[in-house]
Amino acid sequence: MSEEVERNKNNKKDIEGLTSKFFQAGLVFSLAIAGLFLALGLSVSLGVTDIQLKTVWDSIFAFDSGVTNHQVIRELRLPRAFGAALVGSFLAVSGAVMQGLTRNPLASPSIMGVTHGAAFALIIGLVFFPSMTNLGMTISAFIGAGLAVLIVFGVGSFSKGGLTPVKLALAGVAVGGMLSSLSSAISLHFQVAKQMSFWYAGGLTATDWLSVKILLVVGLAGLTLALFLSRAVTILSLGEDVSKGLGQNTFVVKSLGIVVVFLLTGAAVSVAGTVGFVGLVIPHMTRALVGTDYRLIIPVSAVLGGLLLVLSDIGARLVNAPFETPVGAITACIGVPFFLYLARGEGRGME
Amino acid sequence: MNKKQRRFGWIVSILGASIFVLFLFSLNMGVVNIAPMEVIRTLLGSGSSTEEMVLFNIRLPRMVLALLIGAGLGVSGAILQGVSRNDLADPGILGINTGAGFAIIVYIFFFQGSMSKLSGLGIYAMPLFALAGAFLAAFLIYLLAWKKGINPVRLILVGIGVNSGFSAALIIFQVKMNPQDFTQAMVWLAGDIWGGNWDFVAALAPWIILLTVYAMYKASVLNILNLGDQISTGLGAAVERERRVLLALAVALAGLCVAAGGGIAFLGLVAPHLARRLMGPKHETLIPVTALIGALILLAADTVGKNLIAPAEIPVGIVVTIVSTPYFIYLLMKTH
Repeated sequence: MSEEVERNKNNKKDIEGLTSKFFQAGLVFSLAIAGLFLALGLSVSLGVTDIQLKTVWDSIFAFDSGVTNHQVIRELRLPRAFGAALVGSFLAVSGAVMQGLTRNPLASPSIMGVTHGAAFALIIGLVFFPSMTNLGMTISAFIGAGLAVLIVFGVGSFSKGGLTPVKLALAGVAVGGMLSSLSSAISLHFQVAKQMSFWYAGGLTATDWLSVKILLVVGLAGLTLALFLSRAVTILSLGEDVSKGLGQNTFVVKSLGIVVVFLLTGAAVSVAGTVGFVGLVIPHMTRALVGTDYRLIIPVSAVLGGLLLVLSDIGARLVNAPFETPVGAITACIGVPFFLYLARGEGRGME
Repeated sequence: MNKKQRRFGWIVSILGASIFVLFLFSLNMGVVNIAPMEVIRTLLGSGSSTEEMVLFNIRLPRMVLALLIGAGLGVSGAILQGVSRNDLADPGILGINTGAGFAIIVYIFFFQGSMSKLSGLGIYAMPLFALAGAFLAAFLIYLLAWKKGINPVRLILVGIGVNSGFSAALIIFQVKMNPQDFTQAMVWLAGDIWGGNWDFVAALAPWIILLTVYAMYKASVLNILNLGDQISTGLGAAVERERRVLLALAVALAGLCVAAGGGIAFLGLVAPHLARRLMGPKHETLIPVTALIGALILLAADTVGKNLIAPAEIPVGIVVTIVSTPYFIYLLMKTH
């Protein structure tokens, strides 16, 4: 009798714990959304010429094609701000899924050579099919990103001792180094090096409505799949054995996870170039805020990732105005110290 | 003479002979083709003045530099692998190359204004900047990886982090350069023997040779460190102090090589591995063989890069990377 009471109590506590966790996640989520909207507003109003927030509002809800600022906002600033938000959220979700699948705290799109792969494919496209459309560029970035993911994961998985953090990082460095060498060779030979440099540095200068549309179509498919997978990723993140014991087909989950990474990173990279570390930092921050359940981590990462990149993009415009600083350099300022912090923890208990 | 020593003798002579043959081969290849017999005649002092100019002022110094850089990077990698007890260490992966590269780009950006104007005193100041950058990177890595001691895994991961930090800083300066300088900087960062003249050889050769010889002198310490911290302390080695000295040695070699040859990655990784395959883990024989293998690989890569799509050149670092990454990945899959 008393046992049963005890169990009931525990159940109740569990449920309370769970609801309070969801409540906390909800709070974080709504705060992040509010922050994202504020940042989007700032991103539209700040720049070489500052535009008042009221004008921003008018340009959306009372558009007047005669006002230059309205044009600027509609054609340049809005797509750029939306592009930044989408790219940031895709990179963050892609990183979260990678970290969940590999149970590796250092997994992220930029460390793993994915962006170099996309760059490699893009450069081949630029050189051999110069009349390529934006859609063509997106597709080639996809193929390259996918290639790199496959190679890096393959090297990690087929090696003795499995996919340890060091191996994954080194495989990423090696594959990335190889692909970027090939890209430099090609770009030097065909003299497109400088053109590619802005792309390597990462930037949202060239984002137009078409790129936003591409991002929306491809990325939403990826995000939906990620949310759909989130439960399975949570289980897989407890370990391969647990996951198999619970009757999960780990092969299917991993393959679908790779598809998510491939879609999201491909879309992000094809629009913004190499923007590092968003995919590394955000999932860690999110885990600290909402816990280890990927059903919460994935949506919250998406919003926080968008917020970080919109803010970084504002920074990129303001740090050295009127010149643009590569946004990849801004995210690296946050990301490198964070990576080092994680790396320092990594040697724990190894000697 | 026991069996080991005989084997060492054989391997050194075979490598030496291959380098010699490749050297002659490489001398007669290039934009202007000079037949092997002509090469020998010119070397003996009875060639035409064009041939003399091409051979003595253009090809020879560049090839001598390739040999020196290859040997230096190989030895640097061998020391790093011994010290960190990690077979996958390499000055390129650890970010020492990028640190040196960053210092050079900053130097060119602020003091020279342009890459093409580099001349005179600038050439002698550059290696110093490269050394400073290499030491800065190494110091950062050592400091950040220090946590009541150095752990090999942490050292490599921190190295990768420092590497990406410097890369990000580099790109900021790079995008501010004009297109021509940008391309040159990119070539240089990819690894390119650009200062092919005797001044440069004279500035670098004594240092690289001296440091390599000193590394050979330190071979027994490396052997002991390789046994692990506990055993080497037990054997009476001042572990941390020796480790610092050796690290400084490796970093100095890498920095000098980067000053002359840009960011050539993976050579410092592959050369010691091949040498270990041939000679086993004893550093007394490992270091000289590594130096020879490194020199051979870099000379071969430079010859290929110079001639494959002539008259255009592929930077030598790109050739090295493309050839050696598959080997690196193979090693990665094999080790635990």
